[in-house]
Amino acid sequence: MVNDAYRRGRSAAPSHGTMQRYSIFSLARNALTGHRNWQAAWRSPEPRPAYEVVIVGGGGHGLATAYYLAKEHGITNVAVLEKGWLGGGNTGRNTTVVRSNYLYDESAAIYEHSMKLWEGLAQELNYNVMFSQRGVLMLAHGSHDEQVLKRHIHADRLNGIDNEWLTPAQAKAFCPPLNIGKELRYPVTGAALQRRGGTARHDAVAWGYARGADARGVDIIQNCAVTGVRRDGDRVVGVETTRGYIAAGKVGVVAAGHTSVVMAMAGLRMPIESVPLQALVSEPVKPVFPCVAMSNAIHAYISQSDKGELVIGAGTDQYVSYGQRGSFHIAEHTLEAIVELFPIFSRLRMLRQWAGIVDCTPDRSPILARTPVRGLYVNCGWGTGGFKATPGSGHVFAHTIARDEPHPINAPFTLERFRTGRLIDEAAAAAVAH
Amino acid sequence: MSGAWRLPRGGRVDRARPLRFSFDGKAYTGLTGDTLAAALLANGVHLVARSFKYHRPRGILAAGCEEPNALVQLDRGGGREDPNLRATQVELFDGLVATSQNRWPSLSFDLAATADRLAPLLPAGFYYKTFMWPAGWWRRVYEPRIRAAAGLGRSPSRPDPDRYLHRHAHCDVLVVGAGPAGLMAAAAAVMSGARVILADEQAEPGGALLAEPGLRLDGMDGAAWLAAALGELTAQPNLTLLPRTTAFAWHDHTYLGLLERVTDHLAEPPPHLPRQRLWRVRARQVVLATGAIERPLVFPDNDRPGIMLASAARTYLNRYGVRVGARVAVFTNNDSAYATALDLAAAGVTIAAIVDCRADPGGELVQRARAVGLPVRPGAVVTGTQGRLRINQAFVAPLDGGGRSSPVVCDALLVSGGWNPTLHLHSQARGRLRFDEKLWAYVPAELVPGEQVAGACAGSFALADALREGAQAGVAAAAAAGYRAELPALPAVEAPSWSEPAPLWRVPLGRGRAWVDLQNDVTAKDLELALREGFRSIEHVKRYTTTGMGTDQGKTANVNALAIVAAGLGQGVEAVGHTTFRPPYTPVTFGAFAGASRELQLDPLRRTPSHAHAEALGAVFEDVGQWRRARYFPQPGEDMQAAVGRECRAARQGVGLFDASTLGKIDLQGADAAELLNRVYTNAWAKLTVGRCRYGLMLRDDGMVLDDGVTARLGPDRFHMTTTTGGAARVLAWLEEWLQCEWPQLRVFCTSVTEQWAAIGVCGPKARDVIRAAGTDIDLSREAFPHMSFRDGSVAGLPARVFRISFTGEIAFEINVPSGYGGALWEALWQAGQPFGITPYGTEAMHVLRAEKGYIIVGQETDGTVTPLDLGMDWMISKAKPDFIGKRGMARPDLARADRKQLVGLLTRDPTVVLEEGAQLVEDPAQSLPMRMIGHVTSAYHSANLGRSIALGLVQGGRERIGQTLWVPMPAQPAIAVEVTRPVFLDPENRRLNG
Ligand SMILES: Cc1cc2nc3c(=O)[nH]c(=O)nc-3n(C[C@H](O)[C@H](O)[C@H](O)COP(=O)(O)OP(=O)(O)OC[C@H]3O[C@@H](n4cnc5c(N)ncnc54)[C@H](O)[C@@H]3O)c2cc1C
Repeated sequence: MVNDAYRRGRSAAPSHGTMQRYSIFSLARNALTGHRNWQAAWRSPEPRPAYEVVIVGGGGHGLATAYYLAKEHGITNVAVLEKGWLGGGNTGRNTTVVRSNYLYDESAAIYEHSMKLWEGLAQELNYNVMFSQRGVLMLAHGSHDEQVLKRHIHADRLNGIDNEWLTPAQAKAFCPPLNIGKELRYPVTGAALQRRGGTARHDAVAWGYARGADARGVDIIQNCAVTGVRRDGDRVVGVETTRGYIAAGKVGVVAAGHTSVVMAMAGLRMPIESVPLQALVSEPVKPVFPCVAMSNAIHAYISQSDKGELVIGAGTDQYVSYGQRGSFHIAEHTLEAIVELFPIFSRLRMLRQWAGIVDCTPDRSPILARTPVRGLYVNCGWGTGGFKATPGSGHVFAHTIARDEPHPINAPFTLERFRTGRLIDEAAAAAVAH
Repeated sequence: MSGAWRLPRGGRVDRARPLRFSFDGKAYTGLTGDTLAAALLANGVHLVARSFKYHRPRGILAAGCEEPNALVQLDRGGGREDPNLRATQVELFDGLVATSQNRWPSLSFDLAATADRLAPLLPAGFYYKTFMWPAGWWRRVYEPRIRAAAGLGRSPSRPDPDRYLHRHAHCDVLVVGAGPAGLMAAAAAVMSGARVILADEQAEPGGALLAEPGLRLDGMDGAAWLAAALGELTAQPNLTLLPRTTAFAWHDHTYLGLLERVTDHLAEPPPHLPRQRLWRVRARQVVLATGAIERPLVFPDNDRPGIMLASAARTYLNRYGVRVGARVAVFTNNDSAYATALDLAAAGVTIAAIVDCRADPGGELVQRARAVGLPVRPGAVVTGTQGRLRINQAFVAPLDGGGRSSPVVCDALLVSGGWNPTLHLHSQARGRLRFDEKLWAYVPAELVPGEQVAGACAGSFALADALREGAQAGVAAAAAAGYRAELPALPAVEAPSWSEPAPLWRVPLGRGRAWVDLQNDVTAKDLELALREGFRSIEHVKRYTTTGMGTDQGKTANVNALAIVAAGLGQGVEAVGHTTFRPPYTPVTFGAFAGASRELQLDPLRRTPSHAHAEALGAVFEDVGQWRRARYFPQPGEDMQAAVGRECRAARQGVGLFDASTLGKIDLQGADAAELLNRVYTNAWAKLTVGRCRYGLMLRDDGMVLDDGVTARLGPDRFHMTTTTGGAARVLAWLEEWLQCEWPQLRVFCTSVTEQWAAIGVCGPKARDVIRAAGTDIDLSREAFPHMSFRDGSVAGLPARVFRISFTGEIAFEINVPSGYGGALWEALWQAGQPFGITPYGTEAMHVLRAEKGYIIVGQETDGTVTPLDLGMDWMISKAKPDFIGKRGMARPDLARADRKQLVGLLTRDPTVVLEEGAQLVEDPAQSLPMRMIGHVTSAYHSANLGRSIALGLVQGGRERIGQTLWVPMPAQPAIAVEVTRPVFLDPENRRLNG
C-alpha cells in the first residue's frame, strides 16, 4: 500500500541539526549518567518581534504544519503560538482512532495521505508515536447500515483503500468481546473492517512534531494566547498576543474549537459550530480488546490503550459550548451502548471522563484554505475526527502557506464551498433516514 | 481466631460473626465489619500487590478510597469477576475469593519484576524514545509485550449477570460525607424541614468519629455521640441516609451523580435487589463535607509493604481492632501521626521511633507522646528503608544533613505528610482552589453557586471547627433552599489541638528511588527528568510521567508531585497550578450507567397494532428505526426472493395488504397551518382544497432533501401530515424548531399522532372489491374518490379515514383507524379479501414496487447531499412562492451544476444479475486505481413483474447519459455492464394509478 513517495519520506534521514537522537542506545548511554544529560525536547524561547510565518494553535495540526514548513519548504522562521500547553486542546483529549476509509474521493485522498504518513511517522520524527494498526471495525445493525457501509467499501476499493466486509461471525472472530447474539436490541448484521486503521499515542504526536519542528529552528511558544489579528487593508501583518505584538508575513490559524474566535479577530465569520465531545476511559485491565470497534446505530466506539484502559467515546453534546466538559447523559448513553455490544465489560468501571470542544462545519469536512484576507490561512473544521488527519493536514497546509496555493489534496477543502454549495458531506453520507 | 494481629477487644467489628475468605488461594478468617484490607492485616498479610510498571512488591497504604497499591481481583462466580477493587473498600463477606493482580507466577515471586532491574533503562517516557526499529515491530513485537505487562487486573470474560437500577431524585440539600461536619450540616438542614439526602461512601456513617477514640463530645466518646446523633437524624422523615454511596460527579446546575453499592457487601445478595444503583440528584444546595486525605511522604524506598499512612494504621487499630505491626516507626511533618502512635502504644505496640522533620514540635499530642516516653526524634527524617517483601528497617538521619543515619528496626513505618482537603467535587463544579501556606494544602478559594463546604474539606481539621462549620453550612444551605433554619446547639468538644505542620515535600537525603505515585511507579527523579526535557506545564508532567493517572487518580500523589515540580521550577506551588479534577471521584461501574437499558430495554421496541396478525401469517420482521416491521411473508418452501416476487405480482395483478402504520403522522392545527406547509415544503399548499392530499418534499436549509410524505387537508385550518417512518421524530422537531425559534408569530400547533392511527393499505386492481366486501359507506368509485383525496366514513364497521394514495403505482387505499382497531381492521380486510386472493406484503415488496415506478425512498435514493433537482423532481418546486426552507440553499451555483449526480435507472446487461446497493459506477472498468467513480447504485432488486433486475442510481450528469453503458467493478469478478435509463420502469403514464 505504501507508494514510493512515502517510502522515500520514511527512509530519508531527517536533518537533525541539534536534535539529540532517541534510541535504545541513547537510553542506555543516558542511564549511565542517571538521565541527567537529556536535552529539552524543545526550547522555550521568548517570542521574537517578527516571524515569516506565525501558526496560531499548538495542537497536532499546528505543530505538524510548522514541522513540514521547515522540513519540506525550508521555512524555519516560524513561531507556533499556543495559549496553554502544547497538545492541550483536542489533540490531547481525543480517542486516537486513525482510519482512512472515507466515502468521498476528496476525503479519501486526504485521510489516505495521512495514513501513509502515519505508517512511517515514528521513524520520520525519531519519536515513538505508537501507531498501532490494530484494525477499525464499523458495525452494521440492519440493512440500512449495510447499504451505507458497503457503499463505503466499494468506493474505498476503487480508491485503493483497504476496507472489507465481514459477516457477524467474522467480526466476532476479529473482535472476541463483541456480542453478535440475536438478543441485542439491534443485532449485529455485519461489519466493515479497515485493517490498516488503528490508534496512536496522542501526546506523542504533538510532542514528536514539536521536537522535530524545534530542531529545525521553529520557535514553540506556550502560554501565549493570540488576542488580536492585525490587518493592513486586505493583508494580515501580525498578531496581538498576551506576550505582546508579533509581526508576521503569514498567519496560519489552527485553533480547532476556537477557530471562529480567532478568525473573528481578523474580521472573518466562520461556518463553524463549537460543541463539546466527550470521551472516557475504564480502569486498566490486561489485554482484552484487540482492535477499534465503532457502531453508529448503537452509538459508541471503543479501543484499548497500551496502558490497558478501554478508551470509549460517542457523539457530541447537542449544544454549542466552550466549557470543556459534557453533560451526564452522554456518558450514560455511551456506556449503555458499550454494555449492550460488549456485555462482558459491564463490571468494568469508568475511571475518567472529559470533553474537548470540536469545530464542526456544516458538511463535517475540514477547511484547509486561503481566506479572503491575504496572508491569512485557516486549517479547521476537523470536528470529531481530525486526529487521524494530523500528519496529512499539516503536510498539505504547510504547502498551502508556503506556496500561497493549495496542494491538490486540500484544494477541494475551501472556505468558499459553503457559499457555492460544493460540499463534501461525509456526515450526510452516513445519515440514517429509514 | 480472626488473625494473629487482631487485638483481643476493641473496634467496630462483630467478633461473634467470623467470616471465611481466601486470598491467592489461601484460606483466612476475618470478622463481620472488616474490609478485606483489615482482614488481611489481621492475618499479618502486608504484601498484597505488584505495581504497574516495575512490578515492585506493594502493601496496603491507606484505609479508604485513596488506596493506590492494594488492588485485588474478586470472583464471585457466574461471571461476577471484578478487577482492580481496592482491598481497603471491599467489605468482607463469607466466602469471599480474592486474588492479587499483575504478577506471575506469584505475588512473592514475580518474573515481571525483572523490569525493576532494568529500571535505569526505563525512566519516564522511555517508550517514546525506543521501540521504533524495525518499523513493523512496534505492532507485532513490542506493543503486545508492553500491553501484556500493563493493565493490572483481568476483564471479566462472561456477561454480567447482575442488575443495576437508576433513581432520579430532587432534594433541597444534598450533604456529601457523613463525618462530624456532614452530620451537623444534615441535622441543621433537616430541622428546618428541608428535604435532605446524606450520602457517605463508607458502610457506616461517622467519618473520623469511627476511628478516633480520644474525642469527647458533650461528655460522650465519639462513638456514643455518633450513635445518638444518627438515631435522632434517621428518625426524621425528610432525611434520606445513603450509606455505601459515593457522590462521584458534579455537573452543571447542582446535578450530581451518586453510586450506591447495594449488595456488593452481601455474601448472598437477595434476588430482588439490584447490585448497584445510580442516583441522579438535582439538589438545590450541596454541602461538601468530604473530609481530607492524608499525604504520604516522599523519601528513598518509601514503597515497601509495611509502609502505611499513619491515619490508616489508626483506623485499622481503632475501627477494626488490628495492629499493623509489633514494632512500628512513625515519620511525620505534623501532629496527627502522634495520635496514631499514642493509640498504638496504648494497645501494646512498640513505637520504635517518631521521626518528625520539625526541629521543635510542640503540640499537645507531641507533649503527650513525650510524656508517655515515646521516642520522638525531632529534626530528623527517614532517608531509606530495607526489606524485600516487608519493611524491616528504616534509616533515620538529621534533616540538616549534619549527622550519620542510624537504622531503626521496625515491621511497619507509618507516614504522614499532612492533609489534602478532598476537593474533587468542588473542582468538578468549577470551583477554584487556593494553596494555603499554613496548611500546605489546596483549599477552596471560593464557593460556586449552590455550594457550601465544611470541615476538613474546607481546611478546618479541628473537630470543633468541623462541627461548627457543618452546622453553619447546613443552615446556609437550608436558607438558600428557602427554609428558615436555626443554628443547632453545638456539642462541647474535647479534642487535642494540632500545632503547625512543616512542609516536607521530599526528603533531600539518602539514595534510592523516592516514589511519588505508587500505583504508576513514578519517582521524584522521573518528575525532574520531565522538567529537564521541557515538560514544564503540570499537565505535561502528568502525561509524560503518568503521575496521577492510575486508578486512584493520584489522590495521594498529586500534591506531592505538584510541590516537587514547583521546587524544580523554582516556583511556588500555586504558580504551578494543578491538573483538572475530572469525574468520577472514584471509578463507577459501566453497568450502573447502563442501568436497565439493555437488550429489549435499550431502545423502545415499537410494534404496529396488527403485529400479531402478521406474526400469525408467518411474517419475517426487520428493524426499521425503533419499529419492527414485516419484511415479507414466506409460504412454506419459499425463500425471500420467491416470497417477495409472489407478493409483488399479487399487488399488481390482484390485491395486496400492507401495514403502513409506522409512517410518521403529525396533526397540524391553526390559522397558519397552510402557511407553515408553504414554508417547509417546496411546493404550494395554499390552494389545496379540503378533502384533498398532496405529496410534499421537505428540504434542509442547505437545499438537500430532508423528508417526504403526503399531507391531507382535513379542514381550512387543519392538516394531517405524514412523514417517513424513520423521519417522524426528526420532522416534528424540525417543525417545532422553526416555529419556536424563527416563526413564533405563526399560529400552528403540531401534534404527533403516529401512535394514534393504524394504517392498512389495500393495493391493486381488486382493492375496491376487497374494501366493499369488508363493508364501507364510502363511495370508492373513480369519479367519487379520485387519486390524492381522502374520505371519512366507516370500513368493516370501524370509524375510518381512507386516503387514496399510492406508493406502488397501483390503485391503493390507505385505511386509517384509531390504533386500537388496527388489528380488527387487518383481520376484516384479510377475511373479506380471501375470495380475491388477498396477499399480505412486506417492506421488501414495497421497496421493489416503488422502485419499479421510480419512487424515491428518502435515505436510500437521498443521503443528505441530494436536491430535488438531482432527483428530477423540478416539478415539485414552486416557482411562484417567495420562499421556502432550502430555496436559498438551492440557489447556490454548485447546486445547479449539470454534472451533479442525478437519479437514473440502471439495467444490467444480464437481466438476471442484481447489482449490489452501494456499488460504484465507472466509465472505464479497465482503468487503474484510484478509479474515477461517477455514481453509485442506490436501490437494486429483482422485479418479478418485469421479469428482470432493476436498479436506481445517482450518476454524474445522469440524465444526459441515458442510453450509455457504464460499469460496476466488483471484487473478484468481471465488471458488470449496465445501461443508463430513465428511472421509471413501469407504467410511466400512470394509467394503473388513476384507474
Ligand atoms: C473527545 C474527543 C475524541 C476524539 N476522537 C477522535 C478520534 O478518535 N479520531 C480522530 O481522528 N479525531 C478525534 N477527535 C478529533 C481530534 O481530536 C481533533 O480533530 C484534532 O485533534 C484537532 O487537532 P488540532 O491541532 O486542530 O486542534 P487542537 O489540538 O485543539 O489544537 C488547537 C490549539 O489551539 C490553541 N488555541 C486556541 N485559541 C488560541 C489562541 N487564541 N491563541 C493561541 N492558541 C490558541 C488551543 O489551546 C489548542 O491547543 C476527537 C476529539 C475529541 C474532543
